[in-house]
Amino acid sequence: MVTNSGLVYLIALPLFGAVSLLLLGRRADKWGHLLATALSAGSFAVGLFQLSQMLGRDVESRPVTQKLFTWISVGSFNVDASLLLDQLSISFVLLITGVGTLIHIYSISYMAHDPDRRRFFAYLNLFIAAMLLLVLGDSYLNLYVGWEGVGLASYLLIGFWNQKAAYATASKKAFVMNRIGDMGLSFAIMIAFASLGTVSFSGVKEKAEFASEATMTALGIMLLIAAVGKSAQFPLQAWLGDAMAGPTPVSALIHAATMVTAGVYLIVRSNFVFDAAPNAQLLVAIIGAITLIFGALIGTAKDDIKKALAASTMSQIGYMILGAGLGPAGYAYAIMHLITHGFFKAGMFLGAGSVMHGMNDEVNMRKYGALRKFMPITFVTFGLGYLAIIGVPPFAGFYSKDMLIETALNAGGVKGILLGGTALLGAGITAFYMTRVMILTFTSPKRWDDNQRPHESPALMWIPMAILAVGSVISGYLLHQGKAFKHWLEPLFAKPGEHSELLPPIVVSGLALTMVAIGVAIAVVKYQLSEVDSVAPENVTEFTHFARRDLLQDEINEALFMRPGQAITSALVKIDQSVIDGAVRGIGQMAIGSGSSLRKSQTGFVRSYAALILVGAAALIAAIWVVTQ
Amino acid sequence: MDINNYLYLSAILFTIGAVGVVVRRNAIVVFMCIELMLNAANLSLVTFSRINGTLDGQVVAFFTMVVAACEVVVGLAIIVTIYRSRRSASIDDASLLKR
Repeated sequence: MVTNSGLVYLIALPLFGAVSLLLLGRRADKWGHLLATALSAGSFAVGLFQLSQMLGRDVESRPVTQKLFTWISVGSFNVDASLLLDQLSISFVLLITGVGTLIHIYSISYMAHDPDRRRFFAYLNLFIAAMLLLVLGDSYLNLYVGWEGVGLASYLLIGFWNQKAAYATASKKAFVMNRIGDMGLSFAIMIAFASLGTVSFSGVKEKAEFASEATMTALGIMLLIAAVGKSAQFPLQAWLGDAMAGPTPVSALIHAATMVTAGVYLIVRSNFVFDAAPNAQLLVAIIGAITLIFGALIGTAKDDIKKALAASTMSQIGYMILGAGLGPAGYAYAIMHLITHGFFKAGMFLGAGSVMHGMNDEVNMRKYGALRKFMPITFVTFGLGYLAIIGVPPFAGFYSKDMLIETALNAGGVKGILLGGTALLGAGITAFYMTRVMILTFTSPKRWDDNQRPHESPALMWIPMAILAVGSVISGYLLHQGKAFKHWLEPLFAKPGEHSELLPPIVVSGLALTMVAIGVAIAVVKYQLSEVDSVAPENVTEFTHFARRDLLQDEINEALFMRPGQAITSALVKIDQSVIDGAVRGIGQMAIGSGSSLRKSQTGFVRSYAALILVGAAALIAAIWVVTQ
Repeated sequence: MDINNYLYLSAILFTIGAVGVVVRRNAIVVFMCIELMLNAANLSLVTFSRINGTLDGQVVAFFTMVVAACEVVVGLAIIVTIYRSRRSASIDDASLLKR
């Protein structure tokens, strides 16, 4: 494989930014945001350069590596800290640094009045560096470092305004739920090490065909747990809604475009594991299908614009995970949807941020309305993202989502019909809740107080939104032109098996568009053509109540895990206090007690000591005499 | 004369010394009783040396005398110091160590 010494700069630039901004402290307040943005853009430039180099080589020699240093060397087990840039990583690198740079630019203005803007940019740069390490690591262990790094950055940024207790709690919740996934990844690394003797991607791929299916299934399930935690999939999805406590650019970058898609990356990167473990692969698809419906249903009931978008993110990542669970036929489309989603969802989050910016940080959509007139640019950019996510041709989401639905339907047999049907249904619900967001925010009559002064955001904010909107329009078409993206990633995956087409592609598209039309129509009737209350109505169906409470995800987690966990903890504390502390204190008490009773023999009178010595000596002599007799 | 008589004498001297240490209060007397016990031990060492026909016991007796001489110097100095500060040579008054 070709080596290339330039890869390290991708990570080094933002890492340098993070370290210097954190170390320099307040001294960097004036120019810290500019440095961070420049370094992120520099990383993007390095990425573009690497892409041009890669395009210049033929298919076999496209992946390049760079060894940084020998990390672990024990006997025959070697782990180098090395980077691997192949067709899959470069796609992520450009998404992360490209969208990341736009969000840096947006944040300069969005965070302008925050006294801690420099710290915010330091964390953003830290996130970019960690995420790049995640996608560039050439082994599970290197990936793990980046994986933990993005978890840390996510925690720091969700709790960026940690002076509010609820926000601090949200960051803790995200961190703890992510730990469960991280545990899965560390178990996966241990399984790979114990049964395959290697943790590098190439090593595991080589040994995958000789390993038993049971090993690969265990490995696959552990990787799936990791992906489920990081990507907020069922049943570890509950943290994503609360993660919206972070500043909106963070929600756009970390909790929509990049970090939460790391699970999809992990599964697609481990394609050789899942190809060798059909059961684990099926489980991946099922988890994806459950989550895409789950997230969509939550999205229908949320009045908080960011939480509605978060539910939508969950649902869209469900699509990607579903695609990744369909095997070689679906990997490329999962990644394609990931990239188009990166554009339109980041754009919509930035749009939501722009709306909040103009509305005094109001997030309740029931207090919006008629903002089209006041924020025309936000309306257009958000609207283009909206058309992309619901899958209207020729916008980006149409191509990627349509291909996922088609691939799911063609998966064969009952499985194909169920998964494909779920994906179709999800498309309909997506259209409904996204139309609801659009109508409530922009086109319905105004419901805000007269002291609100809605206004368009400054250019520094709307330019990134506009660029992302352009991406939402054309990225799908460009990537799908002649199946370019599929062919781009093809060399990394096994050849897909032959499959029969359940329905011709045009019929699938027609079905999907019908579902979308139904969803849009219901939303229009329900919200545009009828009055919307500015307070959420209480006389709604039982189901709406469930959906408003996130389908009881927190209640279930609390009942199944939190309360038993608390009971175990308090029982352990009791055992610790009574048994372990009791034993320790008992030993102390015994020493004190025996000491104080022996102390009485210490009278301080020399003659009594002398008498004692005399008696003792006499007793000793008597004892010796008795024994020797 | 029966050589055992020396041992009997030694035992008697030791007993007098031991009883003196336990029953007398005056530090000087207690001190003399300790010397008496040491010399009783010396006497039996010399006697055993004689019985066994080796010089080991006599050598040890000399050691004992040297150590006893040093001990007398230190011990008397302590007693004199205590007497100066407390105006008392009773060892029962010097019982502050228990605190």
